[in-house]
Amino acid sequence: MSKKENKNVENSQNTWHQITSENTDRRSALKKITAGLVAGVGIASTSCSVFSEDHEKEASQMSWDEFFKKNYKIMSDEERVQTIQRLESLYEKKTGNTINISHQGPMEDVLYGYVFNISKCQGYMDCVNACIEENNQDRDSQMQYIRIHQIEKGHGFNFEKAEDNYYNEVPANNHFYIGTQCFHCENPPCVSVCPTEATWKEKDGIVVVDYDWCIGCRYCSASCPYDGRRFNWGQPHVPEEEVNKNQHYLGNRLRKKGVMEKCTFCIQRSRSGQNPACVDACPTGARKFGNLLDPKSEIRWILENKKVFRLKEDLGTEPKFWYYMD
Amino acid sequence: MKVFIQFFKDSLEEVTSGSRVYHLWMAFLTLVMLIGSYCYYIQVDQGLIVTGMSDGVSWGLYISNFTFLVGIAAAAVMLVLPAYIFKDIDFKQAVLIGEGLAVSALVMCLAFVVVDVGGPANLWHVIPGIGVLNFPNSMLSWDIIVLNGYLFINITIPLYILINVYQNKEPKKNIYLPGVFISVFWAVSIHMVTAFLYQGLQARPFWNTALLGPRFLASAFAAGPALIILILTVINKFTLFKVENKTVNKIAIIVAVAAQINIIMLISELFKEFYFPTHHSISAHYLFFGLEGKTALVPWIWTSIILNVIATVMLTIHKIRTNKKFLLVACIILFIGIWIEKGFGLIVPGFIPGQWGEITEYTPSFIEIGVTVSIWAMGAFIFTVLAKTGIAVETGKLRFAKK
Ligand code: SF4
Ligand code: SF4
Repeated sequence: MSKKENKNVENSQNTWHQITSENTDRRSALKKITAGLVAGVGIASTSCSVFSEDHEKEASQMSWDEFFKKNYKIMSDEERVQTIQRLESLYEKKTGNTINISHQGPMEDVLYGYVFNISKCQGYMDCVNACIEENNQDRDSQMQYIRIHQIEKGHGFNFEKAEDNYYNEVPANNHFYIGTQCFHCENPPCVSVCPTEATWKEKDGIVVVDYDWCIGCRYCSASCPYDGRRFNWGQPHVPEEEVNKNQHYLGNRLRKKGVMEKCTFCIQRSRSGQNPACVDACPTGARKFGNLLDPKSEIRWILENKKVFRLKEDLGTEPKFWYYMD
Repeated sequence: MKVFIQFFKDSLEEVTSGSRVYHLWMAFLTLVMLIGSYCYYIQVDQGLIVTGMSDGVSWGLYISNFTFLVGIAAAAVMLVLPAYIFKDIDFKQAVLIGEGLAVSALVMCLAFVVVDVGGPANLWHVIPGIGVLNFPNSMLSWDIIVLNGYLFINITIPLYILINVYQNKEPKKNIYLPGVFISVFWAVSIHMVTAFLYQGLQARPFWNTALLGPRFLASAFAAGPALIILILTVINKFTLFKVENKTVNKIAIIVAVAAQINIIMLISELFKEFYFPTHHSISAHYLFFGLEGKTALVPWIWTSIILNVIATVMLTIHKIRTNKKFLLVACIILFIGIWIEKGFGLIVPGFIPGQWGEITEYTPSFIEIGVTVSIWAMGAFIFTVLAKTGIAVETGKLRFAKK
């Protein structure tokens, strides 16, 4: 979808946004601005928060603590629990609904990897939709982590000739399909370039973003060779009834405007032993996910027995995302 | 300390009084800044969605201007070096003007970064100690350090000189000269580090070339001094401060040589991209000729090249270069030409086509243009204030009166 269209959608949705933020407590907004000034910065982001009057004080204290919290990477366990409690209760105050944010860490002896079977993919895009729902992606700008490229046969893997936004019936005659997303590089340029270490590679190989620490400079997305990153250009919006309440701090918790996000191999699922949503959603079985360190895993079998390859290998980023054909 | 307070009081008085033209000029700049602040307010409120940028082209006008101004800031100070070697220009004055310009350009640079980020309130996250600065891995961290260091140097040196002159003391060369030299070398570093910011990204073949840094330097050495010539002309016209013709002529030679080198590098680049186009030439192809019927940048780059060539020819011909009027015209043309080249010609095409070949075009929005123009107005405002104080001190109007 082109940027222009996105904007129109955004504008119409802005009205929604205005209505809900009508009651936004001016004083807490002001406090936030002071917080920004204290920090020697000047202008505080006007991240929107709706509080009911009675909880006003408590809520603004919480927002204050939220604003001055540390980078998640260097937080102690206790601090992590505290921020999660704050986030959960702020959400409850705002919507009346409860969410559950996990901070589960990486498991021992696990390194996640992903393989994609090009022969099987038929371009149904079920993975894309499952991903949007699972990961609470902004509906207004129709943000998608996964791209499915429809390529005409006979040109090889010529991405320049690919159709990335196809509306035809699938599978189209004489075309094949290949999906891309963040490849969770072992040697990720996006992590090296980030000036604030707001994005990093976890022990289990998942490249994550701390949405509250990111300053939104977009250097990481300039550095990613695989178009793995998405930026919240406007205020992201997910209808309340569609919000996935089962969240992870580094995964699908709700984002705000002006921050970077990306695929996290569904960290909220994978760390509790499930497959990422895209893997389970794929009707053709083109997507496989698993532990690269487990010699008995299916992914290891595929890597050892199929002729696998990766994209743009010459760049030295070492993606943990392989392709193969039957 | 008393001197300092008195100095600031006096200069405050100096900058708030002046001719009618001066007041009109300052009022105009203030108006532009106010409009820009409103645009920025909208941007903070709604997010960067109000700009023309997107996931496809994620840096635009702001970062282009930032890049261009780093060049100006560096060139302004490097110009001090020839002034020192040739000895026939008043070195102290060259330092004052050069570093004054550098300070204004740097403040603009920082402002452009601030307006570009999605979470300006989170910028404290980069301050070491309370935040986390990813050093030495991130080139942006390097850039933050060198730019702020440079700003610090360029504020202290002129301040030292002015405070001394203000008290009728001769500023000691052995105190400020080392500072000036550090500043000159530091200028090279801000330049190179900013070039590395782009050059180091293997994801963007258009930037990932060894020529980026040097070309950057050459174009800055053309645009920076060209701007100085324009400024000197204005100063000559409106103030008591007189700059000699031979000074302007010397600077003009620097501009001419730099513009020539810039063109040579451009030709070398074009040759590499188009003699035997590889897969990596595709951005250049988009820039110069368009791709798949998408041609948003084509008029810009050709305008820029034509302006560059005209200006370079004018500057190369001795008769034209030594003619005051023509020289001014050439400088203006060159300045605009390079500004386009560094913006639409360097930053934006790096993103096009995207990583998977998709072509997203970029046109700055009105909000973005408003903010950009107002930051330029702010730069002009700061420079005017600095220059006015500096000139008043240098010409002896502003002196410390022991009471
Ligand atoms: S694919 Fe891009 S975003 Fe993902 S880890 Fe690699 S460089 Fe980073
Ligand atoms: S956008 Fe955020 S995550 Fe990306 S480099 Fe900037 S601060 Fe880091």
